[in-house]
Amino acid sequence: MSHHETTRTKGTYALVAEFGSAQDLLNAAEKTGEEGYRKVDAYSPFPVHGLSDALRFHDVRVPWLIICAGLCGGFFGFTLQWYTATIDYPLNVGGKPFNSLPSFFPVTFECTILFSALTALLSVFILNGLPKPYHSIFNTPGFERASKDRFFLAIETQDPKFDSEETRKFMESLGAVAVSEVEE
Amino acid sequence: MRGRLDGKSGKNYWRSLDELSDTQEFKEWMADEFPNRSSLLQMNRRDLLKFMGASMALAGLTGCRGVFLPQEKVVPYVKAPEELVPGKPLYYASAVTLAGYATGVLVEQREGRPIFIQGNPDHPASLGALDSISQAELLNFYDPDRANNVLVFSNPGTYTQGDVTTWEQFLQAAEKALAAEAAAGGSGIRILTGSITSPTLVEQINRFLTKYPKSVWHAYEPSGRANVYEGAKLAFGKPLETTYDFTNAKVVVSLDGDFLSPTANPASLKYAKEFADGRRVSGQSGTMNRLYSFESTPGLVGAMADHRWAVKPSEIFDVAMALASALGVAGASPTGKVDEKAIGAIAKDLQSVPGGALVVTGDDYTPEVHALVQAINAKLGAFGKTVFHTQPVDATVNAGASDLKTLVDDLKGGKVQALFIVGGNPVYNAPADLKFAEALTKAKFKARIGLYDDETAQACDYLIPTTHTLEEWGDAAAFDGTLSIIQPLIAPLFQGKSLIEIFSALAGKPLSGYDAVRATWKTQQIIKGDFEKQWRNVVHDGLLRGSALPKVVPTVTLNASTLTAPKKPTGLEVIFAKDPSIHDGRFSNNGWLQELPKPMSKLTWDNVAMMSPKTAASLGLEDNSTVELTVNGQAVQTAAFIQPGHPSDAVTVYLGYGRTRGGIVCAISNGEGKPGGDDRTPGGFFNPTSNHDGGGFNAYLLRSSANPHFAAGEIKKLGGLTTIASTQGHSPIDGDHIKQFEGDSRVVVVEYDLEDFNKNAAKYVEERKKESEEIRKNNLYPDEIYVYKGPQWAMTIDLNTCIGCNACVTACQAENNIPVVGKVQVERHREMHWLRIDRYYSGDSENPQVAWQPVACVHCEKAPCEPVCPVAATVHSHEGLNQMVYNRCVGTRYCSNNCPYKVRRFNYLNYTDNQRQFDIRVDEKTRIPLLRMLNNPDVTVRGRGIMEKCTFCIQRINEGRIEAKKAGREIRDGDIVTACQAACPTQTIVFGNKEDKDSQVSKWREDPRAYLLLESLQTRPRTSHLAKLRNPNKELASTKATETNS
Amino acid sequence: MALTPLNDRMITGEQSYATIDQSISSMIIDQKRHNRPWWIMFAIGIMGTGLLGMAITWLVYQGVGVWGNNVPTAWAFDIVNFVWWIGIGHAGTLISAILLLLRQPWRNSINRFAEAMTIFAVMCAGMFPLLHTGRPWVAIYWLFPYPNIMALWPQFRSPLMWDVFAVSTYFTVSLLFWYLGLIPDFATLRDQSKNKVAKVILAIACLGWRGSNQHWHRYEQAYLILAGLSTPLVLSVHSIVSFDFASSIVPGWNVTVFPPYFVAGAVFAGFAMVLTFAIPLRKLYKLEHLITMRHIDWMAKITLATGLIVAYGYTLEMFYAWYSGNPNEWDMTLLRRLNGPYSWAYYSLLICNIVAPQAFWVPKFRQNLWVVMIVCQFVSVGMWLERFVIIPMSLTANYLPSANRMYYPTFWDFAMFAGTIGFFLTLMSLFIRFMPVINIFEVKDLLYKMLGHHDAQIAETPVEMPEPALGRSL
Repeated sequence: MSHHETTRTKGTYALVAEFGSAQDLLNAAEKTGEEGYRKVDAYSPFPVHGLSDALRFHDVRVPWLIICAGLCGGFFGFTLQWYTATIDYPLNVGGKPFNSLPSFFPVTFECTILFSALTALLSVFILNGLPKPYHSIFNTPGFERASKDRFFLAIETQDPKFDSEETRKFMESLGAVAVSEVEE
Repeated sequence: MRGRLDGKSGKNYWRSLDELSDTQEFKEWMADEFPNRSSLLQMNRRDLLKFMGASMALAGLTGCRGVFLPQEKVVPYVKAPEELVPGKPLYYASAVTLAGYATGVLVEQREGRPIFIQGNPDHPASLGALDSISQAELLNFYDPDRANNVLVFSNPGTYTQGDVTTWEQFLQAAEKALAAEAAAGGSGIRILTGSITSPTLVEQINRFLTKYPKSVWHAYEPSGRANVYEGAKLAFGKPLETTYDFTNAKVVVSLDGDFLSPTANPASLKYAKEFADGRRVSGQSGTMNRLYSFESTPGLVGAMADHRWAVKPSEIFDVAMALASALGVAGASPTGKVDEKAIGAIAKDLQSVPGGALVVTGDDYTPEVHALVQAINAKLGAFGKTVFHTQPVDATVNAGASDLKTLVDDLKGGKVQALFIVGGNPVYNAPADLKFAEALTKAKFKARIGLYDDETAQACDYLIPTTHTLEEWGDAAAFDGTLSIIQPLIAPLFQGKSLIEIFSALAGKPLSGYDAVRATWKTQQIIKGDFEKQWRNVVHDGLLRGSALPKVVPTVTLNASTLTAPKKPTGLEVIFAKDPSIHDGRFSNNGWLQELPKPMSKLTWDNVAMMSPKTAASLGLEDNSTVELTVNGQAVQTAAFIQPGHPSDAVTVYLGYGRTRGGIVCAISNGEGKPGGDDRTPGGFFNPTSNHDGGGFNAYLLRSSANPHFAAGEIKKLGGLTTIASTQGHSPIDGDHIKQFEGDSRVVVVEYDLEDFNKNAAKYVEERKKESEEIRKNNLYPDEIYVYKGPQWAMTIDLNTCIGCNACVTACQAENNIPVVGKVQVERHREMHWLRIDRYYSGDSENPQVAWQPVACVHCEKAPCEPVCPVAATVHSHEGLNQMVYNRCVGTRYCSNNCPYKVRRFNYLNYTDNQRQFDIRVDEKTRIPLLRMLNNPDVTVRGRGIMEKCTFCIQRINEGRIEAKKAGREIRDGDIVTACQAACPTQTIVFGNKEDKDSQVSKWREDPRAYLLLESLQTRPRTSHLAKLRNPNKELASTKATETNS
Repeated sequence: MALTPLNDRMITGEQSYATIDQSISSMIIDQKRHNRPWWIMFAIGIMGTGLLGMAITWLVYQGVGVWGNNVPTAWAFDIVNFVWWIGIGHAGTLISAILLLLRQPWRNSINRFAEAMTIFAVMCAGMFPLLHTGRPWVAIYWLFPYPNIMALWPQFRSPLMWDVFAVSTYFTVSLLFWYLGLIPDFATLRDQSKNKVAKVILAIACLGWRGSNQHWHRYEQAYLILAGLSTPLVLSVHSIVSFDFASSIVPGWNVTVFPPYFVAGAVFAGFAMVLTFAIPLRKLYKLEHLITMRHIDWMAKITLATGLIVAYGYTLEMFYAWYSGNPNEWDMTLLRRLNGPYSWAYYSLLICNIVAPQAFWVPKFRQNLWVVMIVCQFVSVGMWLERFVIIPMSLTANYLPSANRMYYPTFWDFAMFAGTIGFFLTLMSLFIRFMPVINIFEVKDLLYKMLGHHDAQIAETPVEMPEPALGRSL
């Protein structure tokens, strides 16, 4: 295959292996992790469970962000009602107390949900760096099948353990359908 | 324009008719401050703007006084400001007449516009109260459909618009017609009037009659008091006015005599007050008069009665006879089958109260019945105690004016050359058998002098517009002869002249109303002593004190055996009755009255065939089923209406509907919609705002001169339904009866038996207190959270004295700019009345007991409507008012849903602006929004999509507060009187500060009978009601008030 | 070799990742798959939408008076339709959120269009609270808390304010949830579509999604939490809607059982509507192997279950009316519903909501698409009638007998309702044509789960998935 001969140039982003099934990807990822590669990412048409563990990737910021947002929402919701009804413009409404606590729960609750939900979406976008119209991985030959029925594993050149020859050998040993060098 | 307006007062006396008709003065006198006289119809837009400026000059700022009537002095009634202050109301004492009889009123004038009519406390026929009809005169005054030009009809009798002409042309024509007759002493000249009590008008008519000695004066009232005088003739040998005094009446028997309805009796307000005072109970015990009622069509009296019998009019004579014989009236012997036991008990009861007994009957009944009743009262020694007599107040009786029938005969005999029809509407309401319209064509010269271009007008050659009471000088007498001056509040809106002015002109010596009245009062020595001073007082007070006619005590020369019973109709008995709202039809162009729910049926906009449940069942009829009613060959189509308490085998039809001409309201309501055009015509699917297809049928077609009160008829089911608009209980879900369940906690209407109450009042109070505490216990929030400051407004309504007369409803409508919505909207249950009078039946549906319950917003302290409003558009004031913030309301209507009293009203459509269809149409583009002048400037006019409701007349509260502040004192009890309270003839409503322990309202709130509507809901209403008391005769206890005799 | 699937059959036929793409994404890529039936549905929708436009114009021009509402019945068709539509929406959220939490993988092939239904239904519902007001032009913003010139704030004690927050939150969250799920599918379509313009649009829509493990990792965290949020949300929304009535003092409204029984009713109606769409959809677009009879079976069962809860609700209403000893409740619920002027509505509602669903006890009926369709129609009508019985009917008779009045709808009441149905159809048909009606990646995931570690076999050639064994439950 011609691209075997090409020498590693400065503009290389990563070596990418293509697999035919999620199972192969999973096995490969497992090995890659053991091998000690860390600047690694996998690409699949659907979330393959176990991949993150295999690739030693852990990130719990999303849940925490959502919880905080929820609490803020609840606080905002209640304060809004309490302040408007008792401090800013108190009115005798049906002889009910200015601070009619029971009546204020629903809006408080809805605000909690609303803030959390918005944060959930935003955190996914921001932490995933979306929107991102261009990414080097798109240069991988046949990558359009990554959203269909093919599975890809990329070891980035940035990885401290990366060595073009070694890494290529290693990747070919994983039983990939193809291994390709991807431009920046 | 203004230049032309200024000093346009003109000369107000003439030299003589013919000399006059071509002089400049005359032309000036004729030319109007309003260009609309003759040029209105050809006016272009720019002129109209000028005109509007002019009408502002008239209706606004300076008002009519400064500009138009400078030389005539009128005197504000109350301590008026030095000169008119914008925003400050002026009150003028005047009088309104109904079928001739005067009721003294105070007219509220804002910036020269009359905007409210209330009763004159000093006037014997008002005593401060005022009935719906008299209040609604205000709407008639602003009615754009009033005849506003002299019209000449090229071919009378056909449905054509008359052509606009001028006064001089008419006067020349009249002069010609009269001159032709003058030689023969005027033998071909006839005048037809209604009842008249005005000395000045009589004076002018007499001048006319003396000028043409052979001319004849006829009088016709479709349902007048002729029978009363005829009865008096039978009893005393001479016609006499009969008046009552209920103050000392302990036992009252009504032989279908409706002494509480203004339509049925010129003194109803006085009677209602006295009668109610006789039933007023305060504290833990009291006494009440007792009312027995033999009644045909269920009405106010039957509703107040302690014992009621439903009887057909044809049977009243028998009842009267039985009673007479039971009381030992000379020559009286039973003539028919009646409830002996009841009669016996009643007779006993009557005799048990010497000097306190009173028997009354209805004006419609035959002279025989009246004579009999006179005899009974004489026998009971009621004369001089509860019954009084004077010379007749109605001038036509004194003048012995001959009746309509003779006129028709003369017409047919071709004896009539010139006929002047003054007021009335004979073509519409003359008895069918006379064929008046047909006869009328025989007269050569026919002039119709009246307020409207109506059926009679278009059958005549000329329509001569008269002025409305509020824009003319005049005088009139009350039921007891007390004289009032009628003073103008504003210059005539249209080209009208007052009857006095017109007759003065016809009699050849034209006078202004002002001069004529003064002349009469001077020459006839009505005012004695210092004329100017006295005159000033009379104009100021609105009446001449002590001018009541002297009382006479006649002796009964009647032998009852000579009286013959009226012929009993075989089969179905059709009863003709004046309509409770629109009288004999003269008010059928009045939206307020058309939409005023009739007391018992709560019907609006229509007349129907009322019958008892039993009769309906026997005929296989139900509510709304279309029926054909036939009386001597003449058939009409209408809807059946089941009226509990109606005598069986009888049908009542109200007169006054089925008008074909005479204004947009009655014409539209009759589906005609002719005068006007475009957006006045009945709409339908795409025009939800139109008032189409109300108006009922013309019952006069069934009525013959032989039997004007009741006649034999048949009723036939036609199949199908006729929609009618009723505001209560006329629906598949029964709105009449309160379903009471085991342990029903709903407190709606509370009633006690007087005797029982006197014994156990304390116990009942205790029970209610305990219950209230029980209720108040279970409460999520602490009981008193909100600190109220200042006076705490509250209202109390005494169900025991409420007679259900609707005066309060109209007062509220006038005061608060409440729009009329039309029949279609009432059908959809969207009437806008802030105050309604609920009618509840109890007991046997053939003859139920009735309880009235006025309900407006009760201003709950814990109002369910407030917390559900998302935009805080309804909140509570620190004075305890439940306030509606119109401009914040977005119209979710949740408040209405959550209001257990359903007193909130929603502007589903743009009701206020829909009054545009009643604007005067100048041309395609331009209109004159006359009705807007009617609005009370102190009350916001609500737009579409807004919720509204009773405000406790907050504008009056604020006025009272300001006055108190200016005087540097606290608001005193009685400073603030709500519109409904002011109008109520029986002082059933009190309003005030409940924190002020001496105030009337806090006293009533503490009364043992006081209760809160639906208290179990914890709404804490500020309006409380006082329980109703009934005072049945224990001897008749076995036969309860819910029994019929038949 | 023989396959030993891990899970019950939820995908059938010859399947591979590619075939799944083929069957779903081709609905967008190959527009020729949409023929007459689609156009008929679309045409009906457009006509309805036109009618809606007319109705709204006339309404705003004339006022609420063009409807039959009156005093006492100030709420009628407007609020009935509002509650009905909101209810329809609930099934979507239930399927996408609650079934996810309950780890019900069969949701994967129906959640997408169920969610779409949610959003469209809420759009239809949302019109009514606004347009039923007397002055929509101010209601549209006066109900939101913003500091205005009069320093006035909304009145938060009003259930209508709660509605504003609940419904707007519900709409927002459903939309986010929906969009988040769509992103990977947009990516799939981007990679497959040949059309330049479509490619660009899809590229923008999917925000450059590349299916990286990190994306999936965060995506799944967020998606699960959103599901966790939507669950209490969906329960709260209809509870709050029911507060409009439950927290009032109107007899027939003031019932504590409303929140749970409204939610159950919502799911009930919602599933009926999902089935109504699922059955023709799978037929017309040959999706039988993705939306299997198994799905129909399960949905029918849920309909039956929720139907029984609703029936329980009706019984409780009656019981409370009797047990409370409150004469007004007694009068309203028992007397008026059972033999009042509108009792026809109550009886037909019982037939539609209680009698009809009992058919689903019988497995044969659950697998007969005609029966299922018919029962679902009954349910939809029944649930509308339920709201009619509760809302206008309770208002016609109140505390003061004098205020009792009948209510009659006008042409425009019906026009509004028919219009929203048309609007809903329009949106649905557009959705079917231009968006993946089934969640592509989740079905692939499902396929992967079913094949377990043998998915390598379908890399090149599709594998036959056995037919479901029907009648068995999960």
